Parts: sequence; C-alpha cells; structure tokens
Amino acid sequence: MSYIPSTQAERQEMLRAIGVESFRELYRDVPQEMLLERPLDLPEGMSELEVQRVMSGMAAKNRIFPTMLRGAGAYDHFIPAIVRSVPAKEEFLTAYTPYQAEMSQGVLQSIFEYQTMICELTGMDVSNASVYDGASAAAEAAAMCRDRKRRVTLISAGAHPDTINTVRTYCYGTGDELRIVPLKDGKTDPEALREMLTPEVASFYLQQPNFYGQLEDAEALGALVHEAGAMVVMGCNPIALGILKSPAECGADVAVGEGQPLGLPLGFGGPYLGFMATTTKHMRKLPGRIVGETVDAKGERAFVLSLQAREQHIRREKASSNICSNEALCALTAAVYLATMGPEGLAECARQCMAKAQYLREGLCAIPGVELVYGGASFHEFVTTLPRRDEVLAALEAAGILGGLPIDEGVLWCATEKVSRTELDRAIAIVKEVLAK
Amino acid sequence: MKLIFEKSVPGRHCDLLPKCDVPYAALPEALRRETAPALPEMSEVDLSRHYTELNQRVHGVNCGFYPLGSCTMKYNPRIDEDMAALPGFAGVHPLAPAYAVEGCREVLDTAARYLCETTGMDGMTFQPAAGAHGEFTGVLLIKQYHEKRGDFNRSKIIVPDSAHGTNPATAAMCGYDVVNIPSAPNGCVDLDALRAVLGEDTAGLMLTNPNTVGIFDENILEITRLVHEAGGLCYYDGANLNAIMGHVRPGDMGFDCIHMNLHKTFATPHGGGGPGAGAVGCKDFLQEFLPASALMDGEGRIQLRSFAGNFLVVVRALTYLLTLGREGIPEASQNAVLNANYLMRRIQGSFDLAYDRICMHEFVLDLSRYKAETGVSALDVAKSLIDYGMHPPTMYFPLIVHEALMLEPTETESKETLDWAADIFRALYELGKTDPETMHEAPHHAQIARPDEVRAARNPVLRWQK
Repeated sequence: MSYIPSTQAERQEMLRAIGVESFRELYRDVPQEMLLERPLDLPEGMSELEVQRVMSGMAAKNRIFPTMLRGAGAYDHFIPAIVRSVPAKEEFLTAYTPYQAEMSQGVLQSIFEYQTMICELTGMDVSNASVYDGASAAAEAAAMCRDRKRRVTLISAGAHPDTINTVRTYCYGTGDELRIVPLKDGKTDPEALREMLTPEVASFYLQQPNFYGQLEDAEALGALVHEAGAMVVMGCNPIALGILKSPAECGADVAVGEGQPLGLPLGFGGPYLGFMATTTKHMRKLPGRIVGETVDAKGERAFVLSLQAREQHIRREKASSNICSNEALCALTAAVYLATMGPEGLAECARQCMAKAQYLREGLCAIPGVELVYGGASFHEFVTTLPRRDEVLAALEAAGILGGLPIDEGVLWCATEKVSRTELDRAIAIVKEVLAK
Repeated sequence: MKLIFEKSVPGRHCDLLPKCDVPYAALPEALRRETAPALPEMSEVDLSRHYTELNQRVHGVNCGFYPLGSCTMKYNPRIDEDMAALPGFAGVHPLAPAYAVEGCREVLDTAARYLCETTGMDGMTFQPAAGAHGEFTGVLLIKQYHEKRGDFNRSKIIVPDSAHGTNPATAAMCGYDVVNIPSAPNGCVDLDALRAVLGEDTAGLMLTNPNTVGIFDENILEITRLVHEAGGLCYYDGANLNAIMGHVRPGDMGFDCIHMNLHKTFATPHGGGGPGAGAVGCKDFLQEFLPASALMDGEGRIQLRSFAGNFLVVVRALTYLLTLGREGIPEASQNAVLNANYLMRRIQGSFDLAYDRICMHEFVLDLSRYKAETGVSALDVAKSLIDYGMHPPTMYFPLIVHEALMLEPTETESKETLDWAADIFRALYELGKTDPETMHEAPHHAQIARPDEVRAARNPVLRWQK
C-alpha cells in the first residue's frame, strides 16, 4: 500500500497527457547506468493489519515498568487525558510551519499562547516557538551569548552529561572553547567559577536543579558571572518552576530547559521540547521561530511569524542558527499541559514531586548501608550510595520498579507526583530486604 | 477569537492529582518563587472548546491540497500515529536497562537498515531532530574526517545559489566559509564554476539532487568526482529524496553522507512545524564519526541533543516503510514524479514554467513576465489560492527564479485534485489580466485578511499581557 489514490488507468492517462510512454521516461535525466535495476532489499509491503502485528510485536519486546524511580533528564509525570487528545487533532498534527498566516491562525495563536506561558514560567520577556530539546537549547543559548571578543563558554559540571556533550559539539563546530566548572559537594563551586570568569568568557550555563538533584545557589553564582561581564544561561526543570525561584528572579539572561515533563511521554528519548526565553535586550539574537501579534488589512488582531530577519531562509550563512523545523506539536502539548494544570495545579505537582522524593530519600537512607551522597536542598532527585547495586536494582525491576540510575557516585533516584506512597513503601521494602540478606 | 488568557477565570481548574499521601517537604525560602506564573485557569470544557476552535483555524494535509514545494506534504497515515502511541514505545525510559529496550533497538536497527538500503549508505544515526539538525551532523562528519587525517586547511564548503538557506547556515555553524556558486542556465550545477572554486581548501560540497528547481542534475557523477578529486567530501541534502526512492540512490551518485527528513519523505506529520527527524546516513569510512549520547553510550563522540533522537517519529517512519515495502517505496516516488509532471503540463499555457522540461517531484513557475504585464505578483497568486481552500505553493524560492512559485503535489493526490488545482491556477491567470485589484487584496474569505508584517517586526508584541 502506498497511499496513492490514482488507479492504473488514471496513471496511464496522466502519462499520455504528459507525452511520455512510460514511468521510465520520467527518469530520463538520470544517467542510465545509475538507475537501480533491482528491487530494493526491503520486505514486501504489508497490509495495515500485518504492520500493526509487526510493530506491536516490537513494542512487546520492551519492558514497561509500572513504577518509575528513574529520571536523569526524562521524567515520568502524569499526563492528563486532554493533553494527549489536543495534539492528536488531525489539523494541528498535519499542518506545516505557519508560513501562510491567512490559513494558519490556529497554529500561530497556539504558539503565541505557548510563548506567553513560557515567559510566565521563566519570568523572561521573550520566548521563541521552541527548539529541539533541552540540550540543544543550551547549545543554542551559548551560541547566542558569544560575540567577537567573548568566545569561551563555561558550563557547570552539574549539567546533564548529554547537555555538556551537546554544548561541546556546537562549540566544536564554530571552533570555540568550552570549559567545565567543577562541583563541590554536588553543587557548582563558586570559587572555581570566580577564577574561571576571565574576560573572554561569554556565558555560564547552570542547570537548576542540577543533574544530581541539588538546588544550586543560582542568584549568587549569577551575580559572579554578571560582575565579570558575562551572561547567565539557566537550564530549568519546568515543573520545578511551579514553586522555585524563576530564572528572571535569579537574574538569568537566557532561560532554557527540557520541556518533556510538560505532558510529553518518555518515548525512549523523543520527541521532546527545548524551551528558550530571554530578555528584551537580547531578543534579536534569539534563534528559531517567533510568533508576533499584529493586525490584518481590516484592522483585526492577527498573528504572524515575526522577526524573520534573524533566520536562515533570509540570512543564510549569517543567520544566528540554522534551525528551521522545531518541536511545534510538543510545544502545543506543553501549552495544553500548563493550561490544564493552571498555576495552582503546577505548584501542587511540584510540591508532590518534592514530597515523594523526600519520603523515598528518608526511607532509603534509613536502611543500613544506604547513605545520602549530597546533603544540600534538592527537588525530586537525589544520589545515594547503594551496596550490591546491581542486585538491588534487579530485585526492584523484577517487581516492576525501575530503580534509580547507576552513576559513578552511586544511584541517582527520582520520584514524581505519579508514584504513590504504597509504591514507595514497596520499593523501600525491597531494597531493605535485599540488603538484609 | 479570544486568547486562552482572556478566557481564564480565577479559581477555575481541573481536578487531576490526588491529595498528597506523604508529608510535604519544605523548600528553603531563598529558593522559593516570589510571583506565581500567571498561567490560564480553565475548566476542562473550556480547554476542549478553546483548542477545538483553534484547530478549526488550521489547514492540515487532511484538509486539502498542500503543494508546498520542497516540503513534501504527503498524507500522514493514521496507523503511524497508533503505533507511536503504543504504551510499549511511548512508556520506555531512555535510560532503562538494555534488556528492557530491545524493542526500541529493533525499531532503530530495522529503520536504519531499510534507509541505508534505500539511500546506498552504510551507517545511520537518528539523533538529529530535524533536517537542519541533520545537515549540522553531516557537515560535522566531514569536519571530523578531515581533522582526523591531520588536514586542517580545508576551510570552505561549496553551496550552489539554488540551495536551501539551511545549507549555508549549517556550514557557518561548522566554522566553514561558504562559497556560493552560480547555477547554470538550466538550474543545475555549473561545472566550470565548480571547477573554479575547488582546491586544497575545499572541505566539501552540499547539494540536493534533484535540485531545488525539480531537475535531476545529469552531471552528478562528474560533480562528485571533481569534489573527491580535490579532496573534499559530498553531502546530500535529502529534502528532495521523495523523487527518487528505489530508482537511484545518493550513495550511487557519489555522496558520502546524507540527511533525510523522515517528516517529509517518510510521511511523519509536520505538527505545525515539528517534531521532525533528520536521520543521517554515511558511508562506511565516516561511521566512526557518528554521534552518540554521553549518558547512554559514553563519552568521546559528537552529540547533537539528548538521548537517541526523536524515537517516536522513527516508529512512525518505520511503520510507513513496512507498509510500502519493496514495491511501494519506488511506486511512491514514481507517482510523485508523475503527479508533478501532470500538474505542470495542466498549468502550462498559463503561467510560465521556469524550466520547460520533464521535472522530478516538483516544478517552479516563474511569474516575472506575468507580473510585468499585469502587476500581479507570485504573492498575489499565492494569497488568491487560499480563497479556494488550497495551501499556496512555496513562494520566492529558490532564489535563482524571480517571482517563483514552487509546486510539489506528492504522490498522495488524486488526478481529480490535480485537475481541480490546475483549473484554479488557470482561472487566476485570467483573473489577474482583467481584475488585478481583487488579487492584490486576496485572500477575501480567509481567517484573516493580509497581516501587517512590517508592524509585527517594528513593534514586536511577542506575548500576551493584561
């Protein structure tokens, strides 16, 4: 099945109308020696029912854990039913980028509303329409902070390893340097940062909460960076922003983050959502699409893609980024999620994440041999030591619980609002039981 | 229509979470937010109606003809959505242990194998999230290749002037100087112009074939040979792959690496601008430079974003590949080419063709003569099409054709739709000669009249405020 509506008879009629005898003639510009004279080595096409069987068979080879105590950049939150249903609407789903404003007001308005919500969440003035994910958003932010004199990017060692590696790759592209600011007790070391803030530093990237779950002293670190004349980029967990000091309140110049917690499924890593916002001062350096409000020829409110002079299709090699397609449908999902939760729902979600993580932390750390590695304030992730780590994690998995992520320092645990006290008690009991053996 | 914020009523909400069953934790005061975000406060029925109203103001491929050149707006099969929503895919944590993600690995491996076969490549990554992201990855492969060989003098990437804007923007992101070369009068690469810029500083060439005017460059083997002879590599922009699948392969044309837009060629939906997936394929000798995730696979390789890419988009693309299979893939391409040629011939005799010859999957109209005669521009024609419920073609691209309208009907349109579209183009051609004013002011029956874009850029209003 190729989803081709025309019948064989119609195809012949069309070939005649074009004035050729065969399909082959349509490929006459292709050097004949290059034409593939054999069928592709692919299986035969399948009916919908067969395809469904094959794909469902692959899905069945994955193991789904009903209880998830692992985060590390991908978080298992509750997704309200309406948040799934809106982006599945066929028009939202199958539209292209809204270049033709006269027939795309629905997409444009939804992006404008998303931009407003991201501004509210971060406290920043201007948001773009989205970028690929949190890691590439961090890399784009670092790029937008560089100018002719200031080329070096600093990043906290507390950033997600994928974020660090992605920023490093983007820096490699332009031939710029990335320097990593070390941690002290699981948080960015302010003394080390102070020393590294040389005049060629363009920006410092701080993740809040950081990869180890620790809440950084963002305001104080940001002040150091500003004293040195560099810019502050903050990577934020958007659920935590329901209760946590916003990047604007911390003095950030650019706020970015991974939007996956806002209603997007884990999906083995994607598609996710990079959100990105900045101050009015830096608005014209922001990469990606931005929707603006204007009026139409009749004076009615209208929305358009705006400030396009920054973008690749106009500026080509002088563009601030090559980004073109973004994650519009994921941004729509996030907007529906935020509107569904509302300010109080989001704050409650954040409070419950913190509460469940505290309950899990206290339960685990009461077990002999399990100790908290970093003792600072945390949100919904924390690191513990764990004796007989593989054995414990395997026992949890056997009970349908995906335990924390094994890392060099021990195990990185996560709890969200989605896990119940009963599930947490069960997990804690299993760890205790294995370690008591 | 009202914005969601204008519909918000303080105190309204949805009941989603149970009461917290464990004691709350205390957040240190210094870390607490001072002002709550002013998110909308809505009931579920408010939300449902708001988004339904917005959705009614969106034109999707499911609504009607969408001949947006270079974007391959083919039908997005519903089964692909069902498969991506399977809990066995959607519920997988990217950092789950290997035994728990065997199904995901099988999806990626199978899709990689089929796409390598289709394009004549040896290795594939799905990490890039979109076409431009794939280009960035591909050019970084070229950069690593030269540097690994100790060759640091290659500073230039050659890009034809007919290329997508992402090509030069990508080269710049990889630290290269961009050398634009003019196209020959037939829209293809000018071999002399290419020879003139090739040299020891050539890192590579970025090219799409068929090119952006919908013509297959018959000199392609000579082009890639010349670049290789100069020590450069050849990058294939897969934007136009829908013309040639199963008939000719970029790998056999001499390309070393390639990106594909799974959201174009392999029928995954565009979602109003994304998510896409920019799979990147390469020949064997470049495989060692492919990206990886630091957390999933360990350090030491380049990385474009977190984890393994837009996995659920790959699920959709694989569903499509399996559905079409060995016969369906070449059939899709040849019918894409058939539909483009048929529509081109049905329009011919009204607006000028930029190139009057057999085209591939898309073709370009050149309205410069028509505009000189009637004052009606490509923009006016595009806007007039909206009144008929047709999405306009790509406008003013490629840059080498003035007053360009670029049409790509794709294989999933029927003959009646193409006849209907051609009749509208012909009617507009006549209308512009007698009543250009009506067309200058089009559209007349759309969601809005033409927006004031200058005002939007001069006085940016980029968020709602009370």
